[in-house]
Amino acid sequence: MKKAIKAEAAAALIPDGASLMIGGFMAVGSPLRLIEALVERGARDLTIIANDAGLPTKGIGRLVHAGAVKHAIMSHIGLNPEIQQKMISGEVTVELVPQGTLVERIRAAGMGLGGVLTPTGLGTSVEEGKPVIEVDGKRYLLEKPIHADFALIGARQADYVGNLEYSLTAQNFNPIMALAGKTVIAEPDVIVPVGVIPPDEVRTPGVLVDHLLARAA
Amino acid sequence: MHDKTHAPAGAAAPEWNPKSIIAARVAQELKPGMLVNLGIGLPSLVANFLSPGSDVFFQAENGVIGLGAHPPEGMEDPYLTDAGGGFVSAVPGAASIDSAMSFGLIRGGHLDLTVLGGLQVDERGYLANWMVPGQKVPGMGGAMDLVAGAKSVIVAMVHAAKGDPKIVPECTLPLTAARRVTLVVTEMAVIKPTDDGLVLLERGPGVSVEQILAATSAKLIIPDDVPEMVLD
Repeated sequence: MKKAIKAEAAAALIPDGASLMIGGFMAVGSPLRLIEALVERGARDLTIIANDAGLPTKGIGRLVHAGAVKHAIMSHIGLNPEIQQKMISGEVTVELVPQGTLVERIRAAGMGLGGVLTPTGLGTSVEEGKPVIEVDGKRYLLEKPIHADFALIGARQADYVGNLEYSLTAQNFNPIMALAGKTVIAEPDVIVPVGVIPPDEVRTPGVLVDHLLARAA
Repeated sequence: MHDKTHAPAGAAAPEWNPKSIIAARVAQELKPGMLVNLGIGLPSLVANFLSPGSDVFFQAENGVIGLGAHPPEGMEDPYLTDAGGGFVSAVPGAASIDSAMSFGLIRGGHLDLTVLGGLQVDERGYLANWMVPGQKVPGMGGAMDLVAGAKSVIVAMVHAAKGDPKIVPECTLPLTAARRVTLVVTEMAVIKPTDDGLVLLERGPGVSVEQILAATSAKLIIPDDVPEMVLD
């Protein structure tokens, strides 16, 4: 059984300079209270691995705005002009990764694989510096796993074992990232007694979750 | 899938402008039973030109198969959005999926068709649509996976950008994929990339072959008969 902790305590677990996977797609399904707690803590030099940079006022964009981000590995930053400006000025470095490749590189890390072979990016700038491997006459790029110190997960519901359920398009990267972070902190909307979530509804088994965020006061 | 800015086919006649011409023509390529992914912006308008009961399932790569129209005010679900972050609904029979499954569908050959915007298409049929070096670096999002993996790729774009041709001999902007797209639809032309080059299949409403050639810097193969698009 896990004891739910406050957002402030969760943010204190994450040191400056850490690498963080953060779930969500345009802030939908992102752990928004954890993000806010990191902003309040004044976190610095973070590496953020996520689908996108959110909006300047919402989701991961809040961390960018606060100057907490040093490096970003993302598929899309187009709706956040602030991170684009910081990229041009050199304050933030950004590695752009095709979305399907990004989720597979995270999955590879979480599943103990040495990488994935994908046709995505062949013949484009994404191919530069990567081995091309031929399998049965078809060419693929070798894309390596992405590991992270922490995975910050947004979920609809958790129980005190740490089992997680997601809702609709708020799942996105969350269940994959929950496998790949060395330490996993989940922010559910609600926490229910053990047994309330039927086993078939559990998308992230509680064994993967290290810390649960308590409900907002 | 978004606001119904145009009347659906069969209702009052839509107001024709470059974007609605493109969307209406692309909609004719969507067949019953298809799983289709529409890009953000112009491509998303295609959904407005499908007749009710067309039996097409739309995928949004952020995690839903069976995307429906924008919900009525007050009925929005903050956890049900499209890839642009806008509120959507889900049709009966919809499924929610995570990003790995979503891109497995795309890359694994389970997606019948994607419709994407374009910055340039060249004589090889290659598409550039994700960045303008030094100006605009939004990131490729799902575009590279979609072009690499979808069974068919339709590029829906206006024919020229402020007078500059977008259908060019060879893309000067970074490629989205080194894979030939299936069809290019603009307000002036329908063009099919082939082994031999770009074949002009149809003319836009009231547009002549000469006008198309003048607005295109790529070499076009012109068949004897190039009919005008039929829009209903």
